[in-house]
Amino acid sequence: MEVRVQNVRKEFDRFPALHDVSLDIRSGELIALLGPSGSGKTTLLRLIAGLETPTAGKVFFGDTDASEKTVQERNIGFVFQHYALFRHMTILENISFGLKVRPRSSRPPAGEIRRRAMELLDLVQLSGLEKRYPNQLSGGQRQRVALARALAIEPAVLLLDEPFGALDAQVRRELRKWLREIHDRTGHTTVFVTHDQEEALELSDRLCVMSQGKIEQVGTPDSVYDHPTSPFVFGFIGESSELPVTVENNELWVGGRAIGVPAGDAQPGEARLFFRPHDVELVEHDASLAGVVSTNRRVGGTRRVELEIGGAGHLVEVDLPFDHPAGEKTRLAFRPRRWKLFPAV
Amino acid sequence: MSTVASTAPRRAWSFRQPSVIPGFGLTLGFTLTYFSLIILIPLIALAVRSAGLGPEGFWKAATDARVLGSLRVSFVTALIAAGVNVVFGTLIAWVLVRYRFPGRRIFDAIIDLPFALPTAVAGIALTAIYAPNGTVGSLFAPLGWRIAYTPAGIVIAMIFIGLPFVVRTIQPILEEVSHEVEEASATLGANRFQTIIHVIFPSLMPAILTGFALAFARAVGEYGSIIFIAGNIPFVSEIAPLLIYIRLQEFNYVGATVIATVMLLISFALLLAINLIQAWSRRRYGYGN
Ligand SMILES: Nc1ncnc2c1ncn2[C@@H]1O[C@H](COP(=O)(O)OP(=O)(O)OP(=O)(O)O)[C@@H](O)[C@H]1O
Ligand SMILES: [Mg+2]
Repeated sequence: MEVRVQNVRKEFDRFPALHDVSLDIRSGELIALLGPSGSGKTTLLRLIAGLETPTAGKVFFGDTDASEKTVQERNIGFVFQHYALFRHMTILENISFGLKVRPRSSRPPAGEIRRRAMELLDLVQLSGLEKRYPNQLSGGQRQRVALARALAIEPAVLLLDEPFGALDAQVRRELRKWLREIHDRTGHTTVFVTHDQEEALELSDRLCVMSQGKIEQVGTPDSVYDHPTSPFVFGFIGESSELPVTVENNELWVGGRAIGVPAGDAQPGEARLFFRPHDVELVEHDASLAGVVSTNRRVGGTRRVELEIGGAGHLVEVDLPFDHPAGEKTRLAFRPRRWKLFPAV
Repeated sequence: MSTVASTAPRRAWSFRQPSVIPGFGLTLGFTLTYFSLIILIPLIALAVRSAGLGPEGFWKAATDARVLGSLRVSFVTALIAAGVNVVFGTLIAWVLVRYRFPGRRIFDAIIDLPFALPTAVAGIALTAIYAPNGTVGSLFAPLGWRIAYTPAGIVIAMIFIGLPFVVRTIQPILEEVSHEVEEASATLGANRFQTIIHVIFPSLMPAILTGFALAFARAVGEYGSIIFIAGNIPFVSEIAPLLIYIRLQEFNYVGATVIATVMLLISFALLLAINLIQAWSRRRYGYGN
């Protein structure tokens, strides 16, 4: 089901958690809400679920205004960060709950409910554990039960709030792949909150980056990574280095030296240059960024050095091949291969 | 010899659980001594005293018609009162935890008053209200219902003194019932009523059982407030603690200890049963680990 969030605003005791947010979620896609802590991701998710009511604005499910529907009527699958399983019910009872509480007219017969629950248990790879209680499972298993429970009601939309937030890195990676597989198999429209950018980039069809109650950018992981539209997104997604520069004569200048980077259509004056540390080339000639290595450490297959540029002591990070002989105080000259210019604040 | 020595460190069982907190021996010793001095020795003295009669004499004294009558009155009224307290105590705890209304703090504080009030004062006040010419009693008198001076009066007094136990055991647990679990239930399509019955109530069950046990124990042992309102008619509204007191006044000390011992045994059996049910439900509902 298609979900449209239209000019939604949410205040908690006059504190605005969301400012005028609009988002179109396409039917069948897996979209990630990504942003720092307190940026309003959970609030947006809960508004879609109907667990909060917007101060202003509307949420549409398809063509119907969801504000006329209660939480129960929205047919939402919601997965909480801390599982929120019913601890006094077995795994099987947890998964069947949504079907068992339906009114008699739409409730499947008991045998059918059981069959579907067992099928879901199989889908989340927990067959054989149906008689256990939640406290007899590991965190990763609990979260899979929570997902099966949400899927049991054939939800119109599946909402996940940092579903893997409480799990260790390895389990997270496994569950991530597995969630993608389940999504591809079941095709539910899925919105999922995370503050782990790696998770968002790897898992989602589209990415919605949020900051301070606003949506900064929406797009495919590639487009958001390659073409960030704001300094915030550039800094938040992926590694980045930032340097204050001056635009003059269609060129960029640092400390009175041209650095060999064309300014494009930027207005003359102060500006902020952003580039990725791995997207640079070392050069010999004059028109380049030159600096002195201040720190130097090995990160996996590359060497990350911090350079002090010009007299003002601005620090930028640059990646070198791991066998590069650069030591402390070595002088290096480089030029970003790709970069982005934003107006100075 | 050497094989014995090599297996020696693996003892079959041990008092000592490996623990990061030292002082197990000291605390256990203190606990047992304290427990013996305050609880065990008086109870044993009671049993020894009543055993002086010999099994036959004990049985005769224990199955005396008036004794049996008073035990029935005591335990039946205490069970009814504890049952009523569980229902309304849970409701009151619910309202106190879930709703914000003016005067909530004061209401909350008033709950504890039955703890603090001298029981005789409570008994006299309740009698005055529920007597046929009292404020509440006069409403029921035309219907032919008498409350004071009947077992109904006993139940009322027991409800009064037992209520705080139920409210105070359920309140903190209810405060901790995770809001997310309720929200999960709602998103799965359960209405408010279904959520309460299937999700919230089961997680309160252990606390409700504890509240029931405490309210029941308190009601069985209560004396001061009940003798004013009960009417104290043998076989009808005479409670066992009162009969013990009467026996003492007759200098029939052994008769008194026999009743006390029987009360003790029945209460112990009931409380043990409640505790076992509770331990089972806690394990089942995933508490305690
Ligand atoms: N019930 C509430 N009452 C008052 N303020 C709230 C409430 N819920 C959220 N807020 C505020 O709204 C803002 C957004 O909160 P939200 O929980 O949506 O952030 P988030 O992006 O999910 O953060 P995190 O990654 O830490 O979970 C925060 O500043 C928070 O303090
Ligand atoms: Mg959150």
